[in-house]
Amino acid sequence: MPTFTSSRKAPVVRPAAGTAAVSVRGVTKRFGRGPVVLDDVSLDVAPGEFVCLLGASGCGKSTLLNLIAGLDEPTRGQVSVLGHRPALMFQEPALYPWLTAAQNIELALRLRGVGRSSRRSEAARLLELVRLDGSGGKRPHELSGGMRQRVALARALAQDSQVLLMDEPFASLDAITRDLLHDELTRIWQEVGVTIVFVTHNVREAVRLGQRVVLLSSRPGRVAQQYPIDIGQPRRIESPDVAEIAVRITDDLSREIRKHAHAPAQVGAAGAPPQPVPAQSGAARQETSS
Amino acid sequence: MTAPVIDTARAGAELSEGLDALETGPLEPRTPRWRRILGGGLPAVFGLATLLAIWLLVIAVKHPDNLPSPGEVFAAARDQWDRGRIQEAVRTSLERGGLGFLLSVAIGTPIGLLLTQVRFLRRAFGPIITGLQSMPSVAWVPAAILWFGLSQGTIYFVILMGAIPSIVNGTISGIDQVPPLFTRVGQVLGARGFALARHVLLPAALPGYVGGLKQGWAFSWRSLMAAELIVNNPVFGLGLGQLLDQSRQLFDIPSVLAGIITILAVGLAVDLLVFSPVERAVLRRRGLLVTRR
Repeated sequence: MPTFTSSRKAPVVRPAAGTAAVSVRGVTKRFGRGPVVLDDVSLDVAPGEFVCLLGASGCGKSTLLNLIAGLDEPTRGQVSVLGHRPALMFQEPALYPWLTAAQNIELALRLRGVGRSSRRSEAARLLELVRLDGSGGKRPHELSGGMRQRVALARALAQDSQVLLMDEPFASLDAITRDLLHDELTRIWQEVGVTIVFVTHNVREAVRLGQRVVLLSSRPGRVAQQYPIDIGQPRRIESPDVAEIAVRITDDLSREIRKHAHAPAQVGAAGAPPQPVPAQSGAARQETSS
Repeated sequence: MTAPVIDTARAGAELSEGLDALETGPLEPRTPRWRRILGGGLPAVFGLATLLAIWLLVIAVKHPDNLPSPGEVFAAARDQWDRGRIQEAVRTSLERGGLGFLLSVAIGTPIGLLLTQVRFLRRAFGPIITGLQSMPSVAWVPAAILWFGLSQGTIYFVILMGAIPSIVNGTISGIDQVPPLFTRVGQVLGARGFALARHVLLPAALPGYVGGLKQGWAFSWRSLMAAELIVNNPVFGLGLGQLLDQSRQLFDIPSVLAGIITILAVGLAVDLLVFSPVERAVLRRRGLLVTRR
């Protein structure tokens, strides 16, 4: 198993036993005087865990990811992340078109402070990890969508962060490529042992990938439910096990969405939900009074 | 249990490889150089031939006294060439235009970068610079003559006033066109301040900047010609504008037309030999060059 040797100089808070890789405590986010986007969200992600954040539009999942990434500050509450800056992947690969695939990865290594001599070999190792060893010299426009997203994954891994945040990274890929990338991501996660927080609006994708699925309610975003997924990897997205859990989650998600059927379009802080949702797995259900 | 796992791994690798091969396909071969030149050159030759034909036709149908034939213009050009005057004028003008252009780049680029970084300055000076860009720089000639006299200073001042606004605006639009996601990725990767500018913003802004440089050159060349026509004393060196004006004073129409054609040819040659190849190379590297079919 390839190990990620840490060469960072920044002071690293040594994880005590049981320390979360990502800890979100009572986080509320509001942009200016706009509506509350996230309302008292609490979430812990264990080191090496793969968690999927699931929700309809307006659940603030991308906002939550930005807060964890440190690109934005919460209005209230605390976010702490193990290690230094988390890596972040977007729906678009956003590779730099003036650099080759390998150079894109080398730039990430360089900005991390890796010396010139080891950059090339490290980039080659990462390209091999995402199965693109032959394509390092190609420019982004010469690669397919799936290949670009794999380069973006390799670039994110080049940051050698303990936490990898992914914001709907496969949403714009075709179904065949997406299935393949699910397999690849699972394999790489198992090899590298990185903590992954994966945002998606695709229920089956969440069940296919995550060890735990966190369902967020919309407007404002709250943790509605959590589901442990106890199916061994590698899973298949079309397997009955995955489908069964996906059906349950979809029902809960639909119930969350139906609450907005007769609600005015923009509610700053919504009143109490019409029906409380039973919490599963004894995890955080957020009752908020506002 | 172990054997199937290895099989799955290999199957996965093969699946990945197969899909990559299907999705990328064979690389399109680059058009050979001779075909590109022929493809671009043939229509250009046709265009020139058509203009020449119209010219000849006008002369054949109704010979105006003050319109020389292409042959006369060619003879005048050859005469000037034999006396070394065209070579001297082209060299002098290119030196002035080139130096003025480089000065404009050196002054305009930092101003452009500053304006992209400081919103207040941009709001304050952006409209003025855009206004200056649309103003013909010949308008500065009278003022320049009063300040610098009939001298090289006047010529360079007019070039700078013509080219700097283009380069400032080219720099600004280059930076503006950088997709915000590129900046965000740079920040996620840990690039701040100077590192972000060096590794992300400046390379990403290059296509727009090269476009600005190209336009800046066009403005330099135009302004130079206007200035040379007015600062027409060849004591300051014989440029194409001075050559043109001397021919005018001698009522030598064939030489005037030869001068105009030379000015056109030099401007075109610099664009074709310097700016277009750079622009093409930048765009091709990024996959932004649409190949004509």
